[in-house]
Amino acid sequence: MGYSFSRMLAAIVLAIMASLSWADEVLQDTTASPQTIEAMADADVEEDIAGAPPSIQDILNQLASRSFDDKEAAIRQLAEQDSPRVVPLLNALMNRDLVHNREDDTISLGSKQDGQWLLLDPVSETEIGTVDSRAARPVVINNRLRTVINNQLALFALNSDDSEQRVQAAAQLIGNDDPDMLSALRLRRESEDNSRVIEQIDTALNIAALGSDELTARLNAIDTLSSNLHPEVKNRLNERLRLTESDAEKTALTKALRRIDSRIENFQTADTIFFGLSLGSVLLLAAIGLAITFGVMGVINMAHGELIMLGAYTTYVVQQLLPNSHEWSLLVAVPAAFLVSAFVGILIERFVIRFLYGRPLETLLATFGVSLILQQAVRVIFSPLNRTVITPDWMSGALQINPVFSLTYNRLYIIFFALAVFLGLLTLLKKTRLGLQVRAVSQNRTTARALGIRSERVNALTFGLGSGIAGIAGVALAQLTNVGPNLGQSYIIDSFMVVVFGGVGNLWGTLTAAFGLGIANKLLEPMAGAVLAKILVLIFIILFIQRKPRGLFPQRGRAAED
Amino acid sequence: MRDSTFKGALSDRTAKTFMGVLFGATLLVTLLNQVFPPDSALHVSAYTVTLLGKYLCYALLALALDLVWGYCGILSLGHGAFFALGGYAMGMYLMRQIGDRGVYGNAELPDFMVFLNWSELPWYWQGFDQFWFAALMIFLVPGLLAFVFGWLAFRSRVTGVYLSIITQALTYALMLAFFRNELGFGGNNGLTDFKDLLGFSLQEDSTRVALLMATAISLAGAFVLCRWITGSKLGRVVLAVRDAESRARFIGYRTEHYKLWVFTVSAILAGLAGALYVPQVGIINPGEFSPLNSIELVVWVAVGGRATLYGAVIGAILVNYGKTVFTGIMPEAWLFALGGLFVAVTVFMPQGIVGLVEKHWPSLKQRFLKTPGDNDTPMAEGEQS
Repeated sequence: MGYSFSRMLAAIVLAIMASLSWADEVLQDTTASPQTIEAMADADVEEDIAGAPPSIQDILNQLASRSFDDKEAAIRQLAEQDSPRVVPLLNALMNRDLVHNREDDTISLGSKQDGQWLLLDPVSETEIGTVDSRAARPVVINNRLRTVINNQLALFALNSDDSEQRVQAAAQLIGNDDPDMLSALRLRRESEDNSRVIEQIDTALNIAALGSDELTARLNAIDTLSSNLHPEVKNRLNERLRLTESDAEKTALTKALRRIDSRIENFQTADTIFFGLSLGSVLLLAAIGLAITFGVMGVINMAHGELIMLGAYTTYVVQQLLPNSHEWSLLVAVPAAFLVSAFVGILIERFVIRFLYGRPLETLLATFGVSLILQQAVRVIFSPLNRTVITPDWMSGALQINPVFSLTYNRLYIIFFALAVFLGLLTLLKKTRLGLQVRAVSQNRTTARALGIRSERVNALTFGLGSGIAGIAGVALAQLTNVGPNLGQSYIIDSFMVVVFGGVGNLWGTLTAAFGLGIANKLLEPMAGAVLAKILVLIFIILFIQRKPRGLFPQRGRAAED
Repeated sequence: MRDSTFKGALSDRTAKTFMGVLFGATLLVTLLNQVFPPDSALHVSAYTVTLLGKYLCYALLALALDLVWGYCGILSLGHGAFFALGGYAMGMYLMRQIGDRGVYGNAELPDFMVFLNWSELPWYWQGFDQFWFAALMIFLVPGLLAFVFGWLAFRSRVTGVYLSIITQALTYALMLAFFRNELGFGGNNGLTDFKDLLGFSLQEDSTRVALLMATAISLAGAFVLCRWITGSKLGRVVLAVRDAESRARFIGYRTEHYKLWVFTVSAILAGLAGALYVPQVGIINPGEFSPLNSIELVVWVAVGGRATLYGAVIGAILVNYGKTVFTGIMPEAWLFALGGLFVAVTVFMPQGIVGLVEKHWPSLKQRFLKTPGDNDTPMAEGEQS
């Protein structure tokens, strides 16, 4: 219990860290004008231009030259211009949208329409007419020029007002040895106050310093890089290790590499544990409804998996009904899935299970029959093919902690969601009147009836509750896996294992078992492979049940709780 | 009262009727297949012969389950695993019989091993080129697994639902394992493309008929064996374990020993059923281990009627016949029908068809036999009283 709480705390800390980095963006102010830094960085290319400052059109016209050197000079000159048109024009050049009009030897924006070139003014983007398709052609660039353009674009992005763009630009420049770029990075470093941008710039600069002529500079760089997880760092350090002749540097490099490797290993373990927690939360969601019907009521519901499947299909249907609101349709899907599955669950209880109380093996068979019917019904209604549920934007993507460790949002949310459902259920059973009645009936049906509890009604409601939670689990699973008729089948055995392993009738046992098995499974996976890991876990449970036939936390005397 | 000796089990009326019907049907099919030419209206195709053989294998499997479930109260959801293991043992022998007639023409290695670039036969494939060894393994492997599993489970008194769930976990784990190519049993595709058994081609009608006969004889033998076991003193104790395990234990019986013994015998019979099944259908793959198969098997027994032995046989044949018909005419409806069957049988007829017939037998017999002659009725009533 304390164990799972500390996990939860860790997750909360991670979430806070993420929100802090967003706060950075807000606090960020723009001190230096990007263009001045730009001009200073590229001061050395300016020499060959004299006289009155040329217009952007003049500079562009130089691109008509056949020589790539001339083109490069033109690109650099263009980049120095203080105009909002520079970045769009550089991009246009990259995308072959700048065309050379041979009739008047000018450069303009162009696009092919009906076999003709539609030309636009590069500065104002107004239409300047059409020319024959053979009268103009796109400006040709080679790989060297592409690198130059990319670097220039990165420099612009590096000085952008948007801190996210600066981070990306700096990250793109990591491993770049171009002296112009490095001096630009150095300049930016002085005025930068976003810690994430600084981190990227430092990485880039230190990597460059590895190639320095001075031993002390190199040693310093190695020292600062020794905890850096960027993949380029490892490459460069390894490369340096092959080239170096200095013993001091060799030792420093080996040490740094060893530190990096051990850090990567630690983060990989953290990654495995995160995946384990994620699998555990899925198991928890799938098993917790079963823990109620099986544990509290002693009913073996083999159709539980199909109730999960119904929840997943409800998610799908809700998305189909609300085609324009994928972002929040999940909020509708959760209660809808609960109601659908709970309704079906109550039907199963009223029409099948009611006649079979006290005969657990017969309920097992009958509910298995129900599961076959539900599966086939879904196959007939929705076709046997898998359906896709669209993941909302706020659930896709990942929280990037560092280059080797990231937490995908959908898994992160599902961990929280599973815990929330668990706590909600626990509260329901402990604090409400229905919960009290459920516990009373599960402990001693006859006495509960004697005290005036309508056990029939409690049975139906408990079964509905367990089934409804299966439906909610289906909503969560729909975000992780394909929604198909066999969705439930693949979880039913695992769910039973979790409930039996944790101890029937004990929700905390279910929680422990779900996370324990989830993490064990993921820890075994790298060693044994996914299938073998699963087999090993199954064998472990079989043997465990031989030792402790009542699970981890056997139900004793009175309590399903406490 | 029945004679509790083996000879008694062989000669009692139920066994005689059972064997009479079984051998009668088998011989009829054989004759119709062998005597009449293929274009005759009375000819029975090799397909039908194989189908009947398949049903009889299922019947043998159902019989095995009835022994543990009906008589000992152990609901095994993993009997499909013993069936499949027997099937794999037979499949391995058949694979080795292919020799160099495989696609790759390797005399030593089965095709899938050549495909996986294996250079030599794994140790556990050694000996399977000998029929006696394979036959031994057909009994030994399922028997040993059941013995070890049962010994662990019954000793620690895992009962009821828990036992059902771990048997299900057992077959699930085996299914996952057999799906792995590395295990050396052909992975996903399993073992197939068999050529001949003991030198007889599996494609020949005569081999198919012979296999059908062998299955019928095995089923009859297993039936007599089960009659004998359930009629013996041991059978009485087993019934006592089913009805009140604690009491039987307090009286001084080592109940776990009785359960283990019955469980192991049942697993061996299931393995035999699998071994007879494989040459007739021509393939064995990990799908046979799937938990669904084992649960379906339970419903055969439930439909027929538990703890009667012949009920299990009737149930297996009826349900599978229904499956063949349904999947032929309207495949979508089969799962609805099967699911409905599960529910209906457990809720409305817990004793199965046999129980239903027995319950209504007096009135049925009266109504049915009234027309031919009134002198039959008093005799029927006399028998009942």
